[in-house]
Amino acid sequence: MISGPWCADPGRRTSAPSNFGGKGSACANREGGGSGAGQGGPYVFSFELLLDAVVLGVLLGCFYAAVSLGLSVAFGLLDVPHVAHPAFLVLASYAVYVLNEFYGIDPLLAGLLITPFLFVFGLAAYRLYYETFEKRGSDAGVRGIAFFFGIAFIIEVLIILQFGVDQRSVTAPYIGKAWRIGDMRIPYRLVVAFAVAALLTTLLALYLSKTFMGRAIRAVAQDQEALRLMGANPIRIKQWAFGIATAVLGIAGALLIIVAPVDPTLDRAYIGRTFCVVVMAGLGSMTGTLVAAIILGVAESIVLTLFGASWAPAISFAMLLGVLAVRPQGLFGRRS
Amino acid sequence: MKRNGIFFWIGAAVFLIAIALMTKLITNEYPFFAGYVILQFIVLAVAWSILGGHAGYVNFGTSAFFGMGVYTAVFLFKVAGAPLLVQIVAAAGVGALMGFALGLLTLRMQGIFFSIATIALTIVIETSITNWRYVGGAAGIQLQRPPVTWPFSGYVQMLFFVQAVLVVLAVVVSRYIQNSWIGRGLQALRDDELAAECTGVPTLRLKVLACVVSGALMCAAGAPAAMYLQYADPSSAFNLNYSVSTLAMSLIGGTAHWAGPIVGAILLGTTQQLLTVTISSEVNVLVLGVMLVLFVVAAPEGLIGLLRRVRDKRREGKQ
Repeated sequence: MISGPWCADPGRRTSAPSNFGGKGSACANREGGGSGAGQGGPYVFSFELLLDAVVLGVLLGCFYAAVSLGLSVAFGLLDVPHVAHPAFLVLASYAVYVLNEFYGIDPLLAGLLITPFLFVFGLAAYRLYYETFEKRGSDAGVRGIAFFFGIAFIIEVLIILQFGVDQRSVTAPYIGKAWRIGDMRIPYRLVVAFAVAALLTTLLALYLSKTFMGRAIRAVAQDQEALRLMGANPIRIKQWAFGIATAVLGIAGALLIIVAPVDPTLDRAYIGRTFCVVVMAGLGSMTGTLVAAIILGVAESIVLTLFGASWAPAISFAMLLGVLAVRPQGLFGRRS
Repeated sequence: MKRNGIFFWIGAAVFLIAIALMTKLITNEYPFFAGYVILQFIVLAVAWSILGGHAGYVNFGTSAFFGMGVYTAVFLFKVAGAPLLVQIVAAAGVGALMGFALGLLTLRMQGIFFSIATIALTIVIETSITNWRYVGGAAGIQLQRPPVTWPFSGYVQMLFFVQAVLVVLAVVVSRYIQNSWIGRGLQALRDDELAAECTGVPTLRLKVLACVVSGALMCAAGAPAAMYLQYADPSSAFNLNYSVSTLAMSLIGGTAHWAGPIVGAILLGTTQQLLTVTISSEVNVLVLGVMLVLFVVAAPEGLIGLLRRVRDKRREGKQ
């Protein structure tokens, strides 16, 4: 069910058939929808609604940035066609769900707890990818994307077999309440997601620009051969980078399940969102990722307000198509 | 005509006659239900590999073409009660148009960006159909099959035969492309597009042609599905599983020869049918994922590639 963050009510378990990709579910029950305008159908346009939509869009955009960061490193910097990134994300969300539901751990803390495991998982995953594709050279991209699709399907089904197709959500003090400013209601969970996402993005951007390893990662993206001539091992740096890209998913997965309930096929919706953000950002730019994610968030939010939830799934994909067709190097592209 | 060619045409004729006999002799409808799906996947896989195999453009939008085929049929049936043949021909036309657009897309993007763009295209089309009330919207639409025409005893039997004809058509086209200058041109541009262009291969025209043919066949394969299920809804008609299954079948069979996708489709299609019946459709998707990963990792050239390698080794051994 793609409606994702808009299906806001945590704890509310929709029994609607959760098929993949583009089901604009009839979930018009937005917590943030202000001023009592007719809920359910397309809203009547007004300035207040627009303001609402923009504010929520910005918050949501930061959240999108957080879930796209890993892909920005993996695909943007390392050129790994990581279509399974959203599947890893959903997997992390389920890990957070288990820790929260059965041990009562706060979702964000749970996200931190699983981060080291994800890091190791990422190291192993890159090793496998490298040995099977990059080492052999030639069309690694094309077979790689098929490979990652296979992985994504496997993760999806394993989650379904373990947890079923129902939506799952977490409980925490900041979920379900909203912050009132005048007529506007901003749900706390979006505020939390916003703050954590902004922090995460800043940290990763700092890591990539200030630390030795971070700079090495950016160097490997620019010119692998040059790095080899400097006596460094590009493969180990890339492996480390992929580990980081996967580790970030711990917190991102926690945010995903804080913002809205999660179901096993949610990853299909996030393929569009994450790739849209990363491509629009210009491959590998962290600032770009944040800006692009906010643009996507605001666009989704406005279209949702004006036309209703059933159009929501297409927005990220349509923007992705537009960017690919008009400006393939993205807003902050490193390549021309 | 070469000996090879004669064998091929005889094989095609025998296949169609066998299918026709089957519709007369077998009274149980289930074999047709299951067989129909396998035939449908053969058409999809063969059509996919015209672009994906020869030209090397990995299209993840199979479900977009398939779904548009379904909805072209639904639309025509609802508007005018058009007969099956008209539905299929119209769907092929729509698919050719979509293929043309896709071909133009290849101008701007290659490799993984092309693949991502085709996924994006699928979702955008699906969402548009979901919001189109006339053809049922998100809830889907029920269809009443018209009475069956003479030589067939039941509608499913007829659909089965029609899909078999589409299989033969797809294979003939794919085989022709492989053996003609078109196939050689496509292979040249797969290996190095710039070099091909420089040596005078009309790359754009060839790519567009491959997209149009592949798209038309995929859409045509989707058209009878509306009548097969007597129901259509966007989320199943545009299901990503079609794209990934088709891709998996082509890769498993091997795209180097026109027979590869057929082998892959029969193998994987049959396995999936058996699994869906005996265990569950979830396990079916799991097997799809596992087989895709296994083959991409262990046998990138598919079964056809494996076979060739074994044959080459044996030949070396003899010398």
